[in-house]
Amino acid sequence: MRASSVLKAAGPGRALPSKLVKASGVIVSLILTFVGLTAVTFTIGRVMPADPVLAIVGDRASQEVYDQVFLQLGLDKPIYVQYLKYLGQLLQGDLGTSIMTAQPVAEDILRFFPATMELATVATLLGVFVGIPMGVLAAVKQGRWPDHVVRVIGLIGYSAPIFWLGMVALLVFYARLDWVAGPGRLDVFYDGIVDPVSGILLLDAALAGEWDIFDNALDHLILPASILGTFALAYIARMTRSFMLDQLGQEYILTARVKGIPEWQVIWRHAFRNVLVQLITIIGLTYASLLEGSVLTETIFSWPGIGLYITKSLFNNDMNAVLGGTIVVGVCFVGINMLSDLLYKLVDPRVR
Amino acid sequence: MKKIKITLLGFAAALMLVTGASQAATPKNTFVLAKDIADIITMDPAEVFELTTGEIIANIYDRIMMFEPEDLQNLVGGVAESWEVSEDGKTITFKVRSGLKFHSGNPVRAEDVAWSLQRVVKLNKTPAFIVTQFGWNADNVDSLVKATDNDHLQITITEEFSPGLVLNALSAGIASVVDKKLVMSHEKDGDLGYDWLKSNSAGSGAFSLKTWKANEIVMLQAHKGYRHGAPGMDRVILQHVSEPSSQRLLLEKGDIDMARNLTPDQVKGIEGNSDIAVDGHPKGTIVYMAANAGHPILGKDKVVQAMRHLIDYDSMADSFLAGQFVVHQAFWPAGLWGALETTPYKQDVVTAKALLAEAGHADGFELTIHTLTNSPFPEIAQAVQANLAKGGIKTNIVTLEGKTLWPKYRAREHDIILAHWSPDYVDPHSNADAFANNPDNRFEAKKTGHLTWRNAWSDDASNSLAIKARNELDLDKRKQQYLELQAMLQKKGPFVIMFQQNEQVARRRNLDGFVSGSNFDLVFYRNVTKR
Repeated sequence: MRASSVLKAAGPGRALPSKLVKASGVIVSLILTFVGLTAVTFTIGRVMPADPVLAIVGDRASQEVYDQVFLQLGLDKPIYVQYLKYLGQLLQGDLGTSIMTAQPVAEDILRFFPATMELATVATLLGVFVGIPMGVLAAVKQGRWPDHVVRVIGLIGYSAPIFWLGMVALLVFYARLDWVAGPGRLDVFYDGIVDPVSGILLLDAALAGEWDIFDNALDHLILPASILGTFALAYIARMTRSFMLDQLGQEYILTARVKGIPEWQVIWRHAFRNVLVQLITIIGLTYASLLEGSVLTETIFSWPGIGLYITKSLFNNDMNAVLGGTIVVGVCFVGINMLSDLLYKLVDPRVR
Repeated sequence: MKKIKITLLGFAAALMLVTGASQAATPKNTFVLAKDIADIITMDPAEVFELTTGEIIANIYDRIMMFEPEDLQNLVGGVAESWEVSEDGKTITFKVRSGLKFHSGNPVRAEDVAWSLQRVVKLNKTPAFIVTQFGWNADNVDSLVKATDNDHLQITITEEFSPGLVLNALSAGIASVVDKKLVMSHEKDGDLGYDWLKSNSAGSGAFSLKTWKANEIVMLQAHKGYRHGAPGMDRVILQHVSEPSSQRLLLEKGDIDMARNLTPDQVKGIEGNSDIAVDGHPKGTIVYMAANAGHPILGKDKVVQAMRHLIDYDSMADSFLAGQFVVHQAFWPAGLWGALETTPYKQDVVTAKALLAEAGHADGFELTIHTLTNSPFPEIAQAVQANLAKGGIKTNIVTLEGKTLWPKYRAREHDIILAHWSPDYVDPHSNADAFANNPDNRFEAKKTGHLTWRNAWSDDASNSLAIKARNELDLDKRKQQYLELQAMLQKKGPFVIMFQQNEQVARRRNLDGFVSGSNFDLVFYRNVTKR
């Protein structure tokens, strides 16, 4: 009996196997994604002109020391053998050790990723809670001054160099006005007082009841999150405006207005509800790109995040760290996409 | 611009409702310095060869011999109280100071000192060559470096070396004395505690390592029982701030006590600030240009000599390098014993053109300059490009990250390299071996530690003088030989030595006692105090 006949014969229980098929499809696609991701990153790392041995031994190493490390790293083996060995370690949960930090990559990621997550989450929340109302306002007041203001803000947030924006913000709000704390995640004197549980300082400080540290961490977080948030805000506001304009021109909106439904209900209950699905995609993508890390923001604000970690690792040809970081970023993208899919179903019955 | 500020102001104002920031000065008992500490990859003195860790371990470990912050000119005993050199100069017996304690409380014994050196040789990490050049290897080091009793260490070298050089080499980081008992308690699979010591400390110096979080922070804790007395500060914190402008803002606000990586522009910008002082510390790092002698044109001495005449050293030192580099034209840095401090070259296009004509290149030629991406190398390369053009030498500049540039250099795949070099230890041989000596110029010899080899250049007179000076027992004669060698290499060879670094350190005025010596690892925190 063929498999399809079995499925058909299952009758009322047909939903379960179909879900299984779907789930296995997702799993296979995930596996292929990660094999592809690691293979491409690994190959790029190996064919780059930078020398991973020199990253370890330094420029002045004698040829004897160089050769010793070359063999230790297994670089004498064909690239596919090196890759398979790496993949084997990966399957055992071993991401290797970073050259730069001398720590297991998994430990590094547990330290650097929450820092980025903290920053990206606050930045995205800022983008959502300020950007969406701005976008809606701009669409409703199309062609009038609120629209112009929102569009200019969007343009600036999207096009102003983040490095420059960060420096100006530090100069104004930290150095001159003294409203926020300077670069770093925490004043150095507080370092090591709170044991990392989640790695997210605000959360860990709150869990430990260390409110001074919570306050200090918040002081440090505000400015980089705001700078990163301007990018998220600009993008979300622009897209919200565009989606809303599309919906507000639809006949059902005209009908709703003719029926005398209050304008706020027309905007928020009718038009906005219909742009939610698209917005979820935009927010998801924004969040994922921020999770990938904003290298420049992390550089200016001395924020030990995953973006800076991957970039510095790449420059130092620290391939274990690059691969580990890339996998985490890949997982984030896939995870956020899956979450977006689930949210579609929640907000739009047609997708269910 | 205005709109951006308004936007930012709006964000900040909204967020200030949630929180209010107020910054305090650094605590009186803590020295906080901002520095780019991304170069730290290990804390093990048998492996440390990076700038930041070089200075950190200098504050954690006492070495066999040392330059102390109170007198950076004279080499004195570190854990060694005294020493005796045998008549043939090949055996040195050290008496270890009594009563010294490691941070762990364990006593410092001759056995610890011997084991520390044996460990360096057996692990054979990059800096091990500083002592393996004496003829030590994993098989013989136990018999050549040994504790004769609880207080005496005897070392024997099998190669010809001046004892003065050996003593100088024993002031390098690899001569740090580690706590054998503590380190061996963390040994895994016969690794001599290598894995553990990468991120921990086991010394007897002024500070111990409390925390190292890569790319974030290094925290040192004072060793109250240090042999020179308790350090002035209870804690020293190196905060990772890679962006110089962020360092400047932190310093101006008083959130740090010292900024270590300011650019000339930033130094200029804080000149009027009465709370901040800028100190210059001459360092041993030299900036040089090297021509690959394997190149059909660059192999001619007259061409390189013409290049020496084409460079406008003063103009660079007075403009974009202001304060951070001074003109220096010999391989051993000024201010150190045996340094030749004459600067015979100034831009002289007429002489340069005559030399090029004599070499048969009056019509000029085309080359590539490879250099590093970090400032000031691209800026220097551009100035050099303009200078060489005056002699008809057309150049293309390629900037690369070190990890990409060094493999090219080590494989002799360059025309001209613009790079830097710092001594490995405070003895002229350290640089003479790199700039003047080439034991085997064959490509397959791979003598990559010698810059002469990397540039495919070998000269009998230069080689023999470098070896003669290395072995000379008489100090005055030795000094004379190094002066002669430097003068020789100012006229021939592949190197155009251009500048010496002057580290500009900006500090809050209430802080004193920071000492930064000529070598990268001669930086001391223990005398720092705050008013």
